[in-house]
Amino acid sequence: MSELITEAMLANALIWDPEMECLGRDELNALQLVRLQDTLRRVYQNVPCYQKKFEQIGIVPEDIQSLDDLKNLPFTTKDDLRDNYPYGMFAVPMREVVRIHSSSGTTGKPTVVGYTRHDLKVWTELAARFMTAAGVTADDIVHIAFGYGLFTGAFGLHYGAERIGASVIPMSGGNTDKQIIIMQDYRSSALVCTPSYALTLVDRMEKQGIDPRSLSLRVGLFGAEPWSEEMRREIEERLGVVATDNYGLSEVMGPGVGGDCLYRTGMHISEDHFIAETIDPETGEVLPRGSVGELVLTCISKEAFPMIRYRTRDITRLDDTPCPCGRTHVRMQKTMGRSDDMLIIKGVNVFPTQIEEVLFQVEGCEPHYQLVVDRVNNSDRLEVQIEVHESIFFDEMKRQRDFVSMVEKRLASALGVSAVVKLVEPSSMPRHEGKAKRVIDKRRS
Amino acid sequence: MKVEQISIFIENKSGRLAEVSQKLGQAGVNIRALSLADTSDFGILRLIVDKTDLAKKTLKENNFTVSKTEVVAVEVPDRPLGLHSILEILDGGGVNVEYMYAFVERCGENAVIIFRFDDPEGAIRVLVENGLTVLTGERVCRM
Repeated sequence: MSELITEAMLANALIWDPEMECLGRDELNALQLVRLQDTLRRVYQNVPCYQKKFEQIGIVPEDIQSLDDLKNLPFTTKDDLRDNYPYGMFAVPMREVVRIHSSSGTTGKPTVVGYTRHDLKVWTELAARFMTAAGVTADDIVHIAFGYGLFTGAFGLHYGAERIGASVIPMSGGNTDKQIIIMQDYRSSALVCTPSYALTLVDRMEKQGIDPRSLSLRVGLFGAEPWSEEMRREIEERLGVVATDNYGLSEVMGPGVGGDCLYRTGMHISEDHFIAETIDPETGEVLPRGSVGELVLTCISKEAFPMIRYRTRDITRLDDTPCPCGRTHVRMQKTMGRSDDMLIIKGVNVFPTQIEEVLFQVEGCEPHYQLVVDRVNNSDRLEVQIEVHESIFFDEMKRQRDFVSMVEKRLASALGVSAVVKLVEPSSMPRHEGKAKRVIDKRRS
Repeated sequence: MKVEQISIFIENKSGRLAEVSQKLGQAGVNIRALSLADTSDFGILRLIVDKTDLAKKTLKENNFTVSKTEVVAVEVPDRPLGLHSILEILDGGGVNVEYMYAFVERCGENAVIIFRFDDPEGAIRVLVENGLTVLTGERVCRM
């Protein structure tokens, strides 16, 4: 537990909607089933894509009689959204849609999502929920440094913070120097941005000789990109704020699908509005609770854009053991990567982020590395190439070789499969501006 | 009494060593002594040069990983058992040698050996107590 979170903070922590957030498991499951059945009826009637998918496998909404039957329904993927671009997946007439957002579309056409008035109300409530769980109250001045626009991040937290009664600064992204001046002058106490931008802000403050602890910031709500526990520690140490994570994606709603409570043992997913499953990304099979797999979400209260078994591509683990905060909703671990990035080495699922985390621990800073996978004598071989910089360069050969075998041991225990470490000179690898080429898989050629 | 040495990480591929000598030469740095330790993948090149800081700066600008360490230069009688006599003294004094290599040039009648000790101060004390000559960095560079 971070030293920034005191016993008093835990004791005084608020729950936005105790009735729903602490609902007993049986009642929660009953509510989920009713809402699921209602949603299925609506999409079957109003969205041709779902009707076709259900008919292909000979299912009608009435066949879903228990939550367990959910696994018989087909998945929805990003491809479905692209095929039905722009409005084909909407389950209500446009006259009822009051807001449109869009995802960035880094891998092809953007996807368009819509909200009814009721959808916006629910989204606002769920944003207020996770922001309260992170410790935001009506006394906070919430500085939103997400870009306002088609992206859901800024608006989601903006309305959530207003709902709580906090004072919202709609700062938007960019212009780092101005962000810092506003934070100083307006006494921002809660910061909303990506975790990497939080570090950009600290870097700039340090360059300008400003002590981040002289500001009023006390809590950070960081999201919109995957980040590690090491990065959380770095932000807390350098920025002096309680760094909380939250989860969401525009296809499902936007930020507010889940968020950390102050115990931070996973993000509580609002199960009264979403059903979460984890699946094996290769076979599509549902995994037991506690296994690492791809998160699949089903919206059970949305009107305009309900997703049924949407494959998020995010890899995580679900945990439904009791949380000391009192919330009953299942927790998802920090996302460990994208299922698209997954490598299968000797039958073991390996994610580049797992390797990154090990390297971060041994090097104490952002590692520069590349993974080379090959098949040698009919067996997979994973080579981790690490650029040698001063902190991991030893003048004695014995220590240098000890370092290599120490990293190999740690990788083997973290991944469950052996890896060969190769040290390379700095700048041998392409620098990652934009999308990094982290993996070279020679097995495919 | 200690001498500055720079160590450079070198990948085991052709042309890297030549790259180091070329960059140092162009910067006007003269190499006084060197040793290379290597494995099948990488090597550690250790150099004693006349302008340590310039050498380090030049190599770093060319994207090499460089570290600076302190070593001890000792005069060794240039005759059979000359080196052995010193190693015996160090062994007797409980001094541990991490690695060592010979200097390129002679110093009068003597050869010069570069030692890397885990405890350089203790090693120098043992050597001096036993009447051996430990060379300063300045002296090494002027040789």
